[in-house]
Amino acid sequence: MDFQVVILAGGFSSNLVPLVSKEVPKALLPVANRPVLSYVLDLLESSNLKDLIVVVEGEDAALKVGGWISSACVDRLHVEVAAVPENVGTAGAIRAIAHHLTAKDILILSGDIVSDISPGSVAATHRRHDAAVTAMLCAEPVSGPSESGGAGGKDKTKKPACYDIIGLDSSKQFLLYIATGAEIKKDTRVKKSILCAAGKMEIRSDLMDSHIYAFKRSVLQEVLDQKPTFRSLKQDVLPYLVRTQLRSDAFSDEKTVEENGNGKNNIQNNEVVLSQILSNASLPSFHEVYESGLNSRKTHKCCVYIADGSKYCVRLNSIQAFMDVNRDVIGDANHLSGYSFSAHHNIVHPSAELGSKTTVGPHCMLGEGSQVGDKCSVKRSVIGRHCRIGSNVKIVNSVVMDHATIGDGCSIQGSVICSNAQLQERVTLRDCQVEAGYVVCAGSEHKGETFARK
Amino acid sequence: MVAQKKGGGARVSEDAEEQSRQRLQAILLADSFATKFRPVTLERPKVLLPIVNVPMIDYTLAWLESAGIEEVFVFCCAHSMQVIEYLENSEWYSHPNLVVRTIESHKSISAGDALRYMYEQQTETSQILGDFVLVSGDTVSNMPLADLIQEHRERKKKDEKAIMTMVIKKSKSSSLTHQSRLGTDQLFIAVDPLTKQLLHYEEDKIDLAKGSVCLEKSLLDGNPSVLLFNDIQDCYIDICSPEVLSLFEDNFDYQQLRRHFVKGVLVDDIMGYKIFTHEIHSSYAARIDNFRSYDTVSKDIIQRWTYPYVPDINFSGNRPLKLGRQGTYRACDAVQSRSADVGASTVIGYGTKIGNGDIILNSVIGNGCSIGSNVVIEGSYIWNNVTIEDGCEIRNAIVCDGVKIRAGAVLQPGVVLSFNVVVGRDFVVPAYSKVSLLQQPTTEDSDEELEYAESSSGAVDHSSGVNLQIESKASELGPDGAGYIWEVCEGAHDEEWKHSVAPIPKDKLAEITQAIDDDDTEDESVLPPSGELKSDADSINTDVNDPNDDYYYFEKEVEGTFLRAIDENIKVDLVTLEINSLRLSFNMESADCAGAVFYSMMKQAVDTPHNSASELYRNASSIMGKWKELLGFYVKKIDEQIEVIMKFEEMCQESPKELGPVFTQILHFLYEKDVLQEDAILRWAEEKAGADEADKVYLKQCEKFIQWLKEASEEEDEDDEEEDS
Repeated sequence: MDFQVVILAGGFSSNLVPLVSKEVPKALLPVANRPVLSYVLDLLESSNLKDLIVVVEGEDAALKVGGWISSACVDRLHVEVAAVPENVGTAGAIRAIAHHLTAKDILILSGDIVSDISPGSVAATHRRHDAAVTAMLCAEPVSGPSESGGAGGKDKTKKPACYDIIGLDSSKQFLLYIATGAEIKKDTRVKKSILCAAGKMEIRSDLMDSHIYAFKRSVLQEVLDQKPTFRSLKQDVLPYLVRTQLRSDAFSDEKTVEENGNGKNNIQNNEVVLSQILSNASLPSFHEVYESGLNSRKTHKCCVYIADGSKYCVRLNSIQAFMDVNRDVIGDANHLSGYSFSAHHNIVHPSAELGSKTTVGPHCMLGEGSQVGDKCSVKRSVIGRHCRIGSNVKIVNSVVMDHATIGDGCSIQGSVICSNAQLQERVTLRDCQVEAGYVVCAGSEHKGETFARK
Repeated sequence: MVAQKKGGGARVSEDAEEQSRQRLQAILLADSFATKFRPVTLERPKVLLPIVNVPMIDYTLAWLESAGIEEVFVFCCAHSMQVIEYLENSEWYSHPNLVVRTIESHKSISAGDALRYMYEQQTETSQILGDFVLVSGDTVSNMPLADLIQEHRERKKKDEKAIMTMVIKKSKSSSLTHQSRLGTDQLFIAVDPLTKQLLHYEEDKIDLAKGSVCLEKSLLDGNPSVLLFNDIQDCYIDICSPEVLSLFEDNFDYQQLRRHFVKGVLVDDIMGYKIFTHEIHSSYAARIDNFRSYDTVSKDIIQRWTYPYVPDINFSGNRPLKLGRQGTYRACDAVQSRSADVGASTVIGYGTKIGNGDIILNSVIGNGCSIGSNVVIEGSYIWNNVTIEDGCEIRNAIVCDGVKIRAGAVLQPGVVLSFNVVVGRDFVVPAYSKVSLLQQPTTEDSDEELEYAESSSGAVDHSSGVNLQIESKASELGPDGAGYIWEVCEGAHDEEWKHSVAPIPKDKLAEITQAIDDDDTEDESVLPPSGELKSDADSINTDVNDPNDDYYYFEKEVEGTFLRAIDENIKVDLVTLEINSLRLSFNMESADCAGAVFYSMMKQAVDTPHNSASELYRNASSIMGKWKELLGFYVKKIDEQIEVIMKFEEMCQESPKELGPVFTQILHFLYEKDVLQEDAILRWAEEKAGADEADKVYLKQCEKFIQWLKEASEEEDEDDEEEDS
């Protein structure tokens, strides 16, 4: 497949403070004790996409990520790590590495996706329609701590937050409208010309753009060149392409046929169009009908691949998402973790030591070399490697990263304890985040707080 | 049934029985409350106009009868005597399965009035027992109704608020002309895919077309999925619950069913009432709304889409014609010369004579016509008792009863000849002209008027009036002709081709194509530059509850009020009254009013088409100049003035490309017009001075202006001091 894959791994995302730090860029945050980036790499490998460019914001972070990649998967994948300046946005990042891009089509993924949807199918959809851009949509995740099973009443009251508003054609193959970010707060304005051409549009607010795109390289580069103000692929480039899909002549004139004979969106030759239609063995899409009606017009197609509702796809872009992903990967979506679970639906590393009367419930993970004292209880939590946990400790719905120390009698709920952090005796935390290396004093009680050194 | 009668099922079965006992009723509006069929409708009501040689109302009644309707109320308005007389003499009055009652009202000038009248009658006689079908007398359909009514009733039982079910049908409107094949304007509707509830209804006149359809955000909040259709045609067949009548009574300003009632229910959310849709797939339903749909529906009838309501079947006392090859229907006693060439899809009525060498194609010819030799008739509708002399050429025209077309005359496409017009020898009737013996009514005020003008209704006395007019106004249709060629009213000229029987000419199509091109480029520039200035691309905003929701709706309302004020030229003090009441009901501050009013004005300026910043400025200044008093009323205090500036800044930040360049200009304009005082501007500048750099873009832009203001005020101060000392 002539696809180049770009993974936008971000840098030190401000949304994830204090979980991220100079030591741990976003891409290396652990999900079930593996960096989140490894999930994307595995996913791509499973689709046999091995030629990757990982784009990281900031030199330091790039070094960190590069170091991890070379240690983890240098033998399996061909990965290039490119550093771009910070805060250039997703579009800016692509602009910065544009000289690396040579293939006809580019697959762009966000590096924080944990999913089991095959990017290969996105690529296939893209090719099938000869589209300018193909976006992958998935059902909106239900956020927040869901007590797996028996929480039906709670789920009903929970309204999924509306992320994107998406307009699809009747065949659910083409993207006709997209509103993201702040736009969804306004009234939806649908361009009549597109609606008229398509005849019917289904507007969905229960789908989410999952940040996996296939772009035609020529189109993408042209848009990026022409619109220097575009910062984000999702909020600027994609909506722009969708808006202009029936009048793409804006960028068809200056660049004609490319060397390898791949015409872009404007295939002058009617025979080519015809053969394309035949090869699709389907009715011409509304784009072609529209083109034939107005012969001076050129169109490009914006396609979608809608993932099956049973598939899992979450982006790790907030602390809540971090909790959710960790919970799901060892819980409901445990096929993603790549670990084999014990009969108790948990993973306790053989080298981990458990004290007497300590219980580790289902949907838990206990990393290599960790020690847990007596009379502890661990439920739906992930505990990293070489953690030292005292006696009488309760850990529920939490993530404890590597080398953390938790004193006797602590109670931790819905919290994240970063690596090397220390909780002294009898600390009670609820919905808190503790920065790496931070020490929480003995006996304190906290709720919904963030502990970080100034 | 027997089992149900026992025990607990008793009540249910009673209900069911009551329902089944309930008579199926329909209200048929025998008046379209429009003037689209003028001048023909000056002399005869629209529902009695023949379509493929049978009056329209017969199609409607025959369909209602076969669909199981037991009682029809025919609401007669214009030419009510003619309708009643026709019905009395028809077989409908003595029909065994269908009771036809006529209701006469001369005061009603709209469908809304008609339904209000029905409601008043209802209180006395209570004729309407339950759900009823509301149709117009110009509907041709063969869809079954019983299931649909059942569906409506069941829905009503579950949901008290489901008061209407609207029938829709798929029909792709042309991407060029933006009108359906029935010649109606394109329609945008939004429907909930699961419940089929109608969520949005927008009929769009092409000349008023804005580039986009706007769906309220609340609409998407409630529904994960909304279907937005453009390829749907409204059949104007509604199943209504009795509440519909009372709604019309309550809202005395509702005139039209769609534009007012449906909009009202959807937008104003009256008592939470809901409208649902029902899509028909295999059956036929269409309303004859204009001459183009007359043409389309005629063709559909000839091509048997409306079966069993086709010319070779007797469905309403019509004499069936014989069906020949290629969709030709001919009366058994029609006389046709051997040398005449009668082509496909043609209907020839009883007692009609066709001369030598005639060429007739795709046309309908009524009863008792006599057509001379070497006549060409193409795509035309010739009604009864028409005389066409030798060598005439008629293309895409409608020729009413009793017309005489003298030898060698030519009717160009789109011509409509009303009753008893005489076209002179060798006269060429120009394309799209409408000819009548009656003079064009001089006072045309709006489209909401009767089919006939009150004054001329008495003059429809054929025998006396005609001769006089032939002599006095013979010249308009040649020396030996009779009739007035109606002048096309200003502005409507461009519209003429849209609703005519004639196909759209090629050059017009090319013109539209061009226009669409221009349109598109234009609305691209109007589109807001999306999220170009948004900073964090990764962030997804998850909070749904907007604390400003209230204000947002308030602003919307004010904007709507202001738009109405512009459209209908309402006086300033009335507008303030209205806005004040809005303020109270939304519990807003007067500063909010100032912001909202200003916002509406700027919005209006932005929405008015403009190409450059200077034009936008001109728009804005003209609007604000005109409504200065209104703005002045709300912008008295310094606080309110500051609110206005802040609002303006906010708007600029939202669409920096458009409004950005004119910020200073407009600020200056407001200052000159005394809407804003320098104190307010200076205080705003002071407040802003401490803000973020990003926030100061506009402050910087008008730095000079502020500097100038400061200096001016200092000078003044000095002056004051001097005076003091």
